[in-house]
Amino acid sequence: MENWKRSGRAFFAAFTPPTFWLVTFFIVPLSLIWLYSFSSKTGVTEITLDWNLGQYARALEPLYLGIFWKSILMASATTAICLVVAFPVAIAIVFSKPTMRMWLLLLVILPFWTNLLIRTYALIAVLRTNGFINNGLEWIVVNADWALSLVGLGDNRIVGPFEPLSLLYNNTAVVFGLVYVSLPFMVLPLYAALDRLDRSYLEASLDLGAGHIRTFFSIVVPLALPGIASGIVITFIPAMGSYLTPDLLGGTDSQMIANVIASQFKQANNWPFGAALSFLLMYATFFALAVRAVLMRKEGRGDAR
Amino acid sequence: MSMFKRNPDPMGPLDYSRRFSLRFTVAVTLFFLYAPIIGLIIFSFNDSRRNVVWRGFTTDYYVKLFNNDSLMLAFGNSLTIALFTTLFSTVLGALTAYILWRYRFPGKAVYEGGMALPIVIPEICMGVAMMVFFARIGWPSGMMWPFNLSAITIAHIAFSFPFAAIVIRARLESFNPELAECARDLGASEYRVFRDVVVPHMKPGLIAGALLAFTLSLDDFVITFFTSGPDTVTFPVKIYSMVRFSVTPEVNAASTVLILLTLVVTAFALRMQNRNNMLGSAAH
Repeated sequence: MENWKRSGRAFFAAFTPPTFWLVTFFIVPLSLIWLYSFSSKTGVTEITLDWNLGQYARALEPLYLGIFWKSILMASATTAICLVVAFPVAIAIVFSKPTMRMWLLLLVILPFWTNLLIRTYALIAVLRTNGFINNGLEWIVVNADWALSLVGLGDNRIVGPFEPLSLLYNNTAVVFGLVYVSLPFMVLPLYAALDRLDRSYLEASLDLGAGHIRTFFSIVVPLALPGIASGIVITFIPAMGSYLTPDLLGGTDSQMIANVIASQFKQANNWPFGAALSFLLMYATFFALAVRAVLMRKEGRGDAR
Repeated sequence: MSMFKRNPDPMGPLDYSRRFSLRFTVAVTLFFLYAPIIGLIIFSFNDSRRNVVWRGFTTDYYVKLFNNDSLMLAFGNSLTIALFTTLFSTVLGALTAYILWRYRFPGKAVYEGGMALPIVIPEICMGVAMMVFFARIGWPSGMMWPFNLSAITIAHIAFSFPFAAIVIRARLESFNPELAECARDLGASEYRVFRDVVVPHMKPGLIAGALLAFTLSLDDFVITFFTSGPDTVTFPVKIYSMVRFSVTPEVNAASTVLILLTLVVTAFALRMQNRNNMLGSAAH
């Protein structure tokens, strides 16, 4: 790497266009809503910048605090489920043969490149009243009833008539949808961490008489901890800020913070308040990223030792 | 499936991938990931409006799709936006990658952090910021096509070019700076060195970055949703309004088209990136 002064003109020729774009079409818009978050709404369309913290104070009202809390809970539930599901998958991928490993990794990543909207829509078809799950259950119930009628227990006496489950438009559906879209986010960092793991530690642990479960909890988990932490943060951040999943799969009470932000900018038309909420969400994101950076640095030091 | 084929060798203690419980978990997870999408694709060929039970094979909904003017217009809008986004993002991404790779300058860490911002901040925040920005500066709306798509395109470029920069920078890591020194010693100007020495080496990275920008732009919903107006509907925004309405085979057909398009572009990008890595490791 060389000092920029050595070829100042070339440096500026390359430096200016992307910097201009980033500043004009990204930093300026963000700064604009940052300013809005300290403003008050003084009319239907008038907004005055008076540097007050009223919007942030309003965000701390129980209603919005509750929604923040709910978003954190849903994102945490999503992250926890992803962690439990992704760990065995990551282990299976790491310990398979190289060619198989490539294919499995590709299969896990591939849904990433399918549009988020389409994946969510696909889940609607699975979960709705007339969806695949309810139809499958109905088929089972009807056939079970038919089988029972052969021994004289039919006419819904034992299994009862089929009632479709309401699987859509509730919090469970949102968490299900979030797990569905964020699972690859968890598998990849876990895979990377497990891949770097020195297998002789595992062999030593097994040789010394520890079982697979004990080896997992006292060797694999501590050694893969930075990867686990990274996976948790990478899964948590997009889940926390997700807009589409709660919008399409959630009911009236499963609004997450992003949906409230959107409604402040669209229906409610209260831009300053929406701006304050956006910035609170962004600060939460930065906090999570800072935690990850600290953990990664710790890992780096561990390697150096 | 070969996954369940019997292996003649005895199982070692670390052959976790051969344990039934783990294979079963992988199989169930993959089923969970793929069954909804495959079901969606299969039911786009279903000969039934209600789209609940399989009634026979038909391609009617694809024909209907191509005769649906507003959907085709949205599709054309999406492709136009994606094309311009790709063009700009590749150039801006290449320049970003180049300066970050080549130069030391004051505030570089902050600069890198700024470039990573569009990647890490929640989409909704960027969406509303863009919406406010274009409303506030009074970006002209109702212009002639394709200029009415300019606001969306600008927003797409802003979030795609940092992604392209990452891909291109990864490619640059395998470049030998002595080659550039050589060219300079032989009297080439900075521009010449960039054009005739650096860019040819960057090429696979440029292509991979371009394809990434293309898919990112084509797939984006949230940011587009906040920057699009009634006469600038893109394909995902159109699908969204159809999804809100009902589950119909038309939506399935439209989704299938978008899935296929993204898959083809991504497969191409992966090939490029693979070649990238192979060449990269060969150079060392």
